[in-house]
Amino acid sequence: MNRELRRVSWLVLAMFVALFTAASIIQVGQADALYTDSRNTRAVGDQYDVQRGPILVGGRPVVQSVASKDGYKYQREYADGPLYASVTGYYAINGAATGIESALNQELAGTSNADFLSRLNDTLTGAHPQGNSVELTIDAKVQKAAYDALGGLQGAVVVEEVKTGRILALVSKPDYDPNVLAAHDTNAYLAAYHKLASAAGDPLVNKAITDLNPPGSTFKPVVSSAAIGSGAYSKSSPLPNVSSLKLPGSNTVIHNDNRTTCAGSAATVSIELAQAFSCNLPFAELGAKLGSAAVKQQAELFGFNHEFDIPMPVSKSLYPGYSDAAQLMMSAFGQIDDRATALQMAMNMATIANGGVVMNPTVVDSILAPDLTVRQAFQASQFGRAVSAATAKTETEMLVKGVEEGTGTNARISGVSVAGKTGTAQNGVDKPFTLWFTGFAPADNPQYAVSVVVENGGGMNQSGTGNAVAAPVARKVLEAVLGK
Amino acid sequence: MATDPLVTSVIPRLRIRIPKRLRNLELGLLVIAFIITTSSFVLVQLGALGRIDLTLAFLVVGLGVLIVGTHVALRFTAPNADPFLLPIATVINGLGIAEIYRIDIADGLIGWDAASVRQIVWTGIAVVCALVVIVSVQNHRAYQRYTYLFGLLAIVLVLLPMLPGIGRDVNGARVWIGIGPLSFQPGELAKIALAIFFAGYLVQRREALSSVGRKVLGMRLPRGRDLGPIILVWAMAMAVIVFQHDLGTGLLYFGLFLVMLYLATGRFSWIVIGIVLFGGGAFAASRVLDYVQGRFQNWLNPFDQSTYDAVGGSYQIVQGLFGLAHGGLLGTGLGQGDPTITPLPASDFIITSLGEELGLIGLFAILCLYMVFVARGLRIGFASEDDFGKLLAAGLSFAVAWQVFIVVGGVTRVVPETGLTAPFLAAGGSSLVANWIIVAMLLRLSDTVRNQPRAVAP
Repeated sequence: MNRELRRVSWLVLAMFVALFTAASIIQVGQADALYTDSRNTRAVGDQYDVQRGPILVGGRPVVQSVASKDGYKYQREYADGPLYASVTGYYAINGAATGIESALNQELAGTSNADFLSRLNDTLTGAHPQGNSVELTIDAKVQKAAYDALGGLQGAVVVEEVKTGRILALVSKPDYDPNVLAAHDTNAYLAAYHKLASAAGDPLVNKAITDLNPPGSTFKPVVSSAAIGSGAYSKSSPLPNVSSLKLPGSNTVIHNDNRTTCAGSAATVSIELAQAFSCNLPFAELGAKLGSAAVKQQAELFGFNHEFDIPMPVSKSLYPGYSDAAQLMMSAFGQIDDRATALQMAMNMATIANGGVVMNPTVVDSILAPDLTVRQAFQASQFGRAVSAATAKTETEMLVKGVEEGTGTNARISGVSVAGKTGTAQNGVDKPFTLWFTGFAPADNPQYAVSVVVENGGGMNQSGTGNAVAAPVARKVLEAVLGK
Repeated sequence: MATDPLVTSVIPRLRIRIPKRLRNLELGLLVIAFIITTSSFVLVQLGALGRIDLTLAFLVVGLGVLIVGTHVALRFTAPNADPFLLPIATVINGLGIAEIYRIDIADGLIGWDAASVRQIVWTGIAVVCALVVIVSVQNHRAYQRYTYLFGLLAIVLVLLPMLPGIGRDVNGARVWIGIGPLSFQPGELAKIALAIFFAGYLVQRREALSSVGRKVLGMRLPRGRDLGPIILVWAMAMAVIVFQHDLGTGLLYFGLFLVMLYLATGRFSWIVIGIVLFGGGAFAASRVLDYVQGRFQNWLNPFDQSTYDAVGGSYQIVQGLFGLAHGGLLGTGLGQGDPTITPLPASDFIITSLGEELGLIGLFAILCLYMVFVARGLRIGFASEDDFGKLLAAGLSFAVAWQVFIVVGGVTRVVPETGLTAPFLAAGGSSLVANWIIVAMLLRLSDTVRNQPRAVAP
């Protein structure tokens, strides 16, 4: 009988092996798929079992999870919700999240790989798990100034520290209150979401890092940098000065914004004056001479056609390159298919201010463990060199001239030298302009770069200009950050 | 240093009883079992209550005293019994109570309403039953004498729930009897009576059943007239499935019989005949009986939305799977998962509750405990000198393994979910009493085996 018993023992072993295998497949192999099944209510409850870490500005929590008595352990609260929404984003009951809440979800929830040991410890000791804190680079004072300066305009303001890439302010308007999206009642959440998703001006779309606008004349420093950096041009190199230009291979005639020649009626105009007075026709000619490849290369060195994570993903700013001569000419003053985020345009200015080196932008200063030890601290890092120090210096001089004498006069601050470039970009025949001001200050000792974009013509359809609408916003922000 | 003359002279010549090595090992393992059980209680309270609560402490300690009492009884009446069985049953039982308690906390149940309190009391009753069996039946051959009586008892126990007046329908299955507030599932005890009956009967009839008839497809078939018993047991299993709506118990009885039949006769053809019979019966049942068809549907397509939404559909099994996935490798920690989302989290689905809170690691540990338990039981079968003891030990051990397979396989989709209870673990008194009696019988068998004089191989 022992022979049979031995066989039955093997059968028993096989039965247990089947159970071990099935349990492993379910609890490890299929665990993620089962966890994300829409019918799995455990996943929803789970998010609220962990005390999600706070998001801090200057050490003060602007987002935190507080004890809740509605069946979930914690409620997410956004102090000054609309002010910081463009950075923090929101965290909804169904797990949908944006901003830092999404980009650093694992760190806030305490479920990143680095948290494995502490979760294991929590499991063994029965302690309630806590997420990590995220300290932002945002400066409360600058953020508030930018938020107030933009007022009711639709658009964005970005302020960046030029030497480090740290973002001190990042505002998107129209704003929204993330608290309404953090409701635990699914119906309340959905109602709030649908209301915001269909609201005028798309408050849920981040105008600073997601929305792409034609950069218009704020793109001109990229073209002039390519020219001067090539060694074939200086800032005084003459460009043809005409009052209108028929684009090659088409019947389209283009003009300068003032519908006449640039900075006087001389037959030529210097690159410096053409940029300071933001004349399209000399730049069209300059772009044509440089060629698509050279402009594209320069744009990409500044960060175009590259996706940055700050750590929220930033839309790729676009300079696609143009084989058509007419399109190439128009692309030299930021039209056709040129597109940029407000952040990219701030980075362009920060790069010139930083002697030509592009810093990787970020909004995160550090990630702190629940015991407040620093888990990960921000380190300034370079994206690369866009222009030489000499070219950066020349560009700075040209940009200062633009603010002092050219089209950017509304950004002047008494006692401080401001460098900058305006833009008044067209979006199509009957569509409102996009109005820009990008710049940095102090020009003689650059600290902060700013980018202001105003969409939808600032409510003035096609009658607003960058200098009239965006430059004053930039001025107020720079005054705040410089303590003026 | 000089020895103190006082000390040596004062100590009288005590008759120090030298404890048996096996019992000391058992005691050591019991201490570990107590530590694990106590720790799981503390973790459940910290996890689910956030504090330590001593309400149940005296009950749990009382249980510990009973277990230690059993251990002491073994020292006197069965000193050579297997040292692993008692600690393993204790730790699985303890973990089960901790998890049931955790679910009571979530449901806000206290006192006699709390399944955990009833489970502790039932465990006490079960351990006392085991004690009685160990002390009163000194030799397993006593069972053999009453082979047919146990056969009759098994049939009575199986039929009991069908009697009007005391039979009760619970969740569609008529496998309960109730007298006043007490309810009991006699089918659990029937499996022991059946194992004794099968063992006694097969030992008697193995010669006849081993005789071969014609050879078909390279397999020696038994003679037609020997088919009687298997047809009878098959009919009984089918009756349980058809009339009591209990697929799991039918499968349990029939699987037990087939394996014991194979052990007794060594004829593989019996297994094939059995599987064909049962498979045919189950297929027919799935065509005729809605509940069997539903079980198969839940097994094969649990994630199908219409199956999921159906009454008696796959909602339960899918929620169990979600629970297991929620636990993942490490588990949520005791008291920190959401096992109560799954219906019947303390009885039929206690495996997924524990899998959720203890993770794959915890589930593996529990399965390993079962495996060692079964392996020890089979080992007793190997060592047993008499055929009846061999068959009985193997049969009882296989019954535990088979039940674990049907239960755990049911919630992990290895086999259709059938509603059996996990031995020692799940809430339910009848199952506890039956399985503790199995412990007692295996302990007795193992002691007998070791006391047998052995023929020394030349």
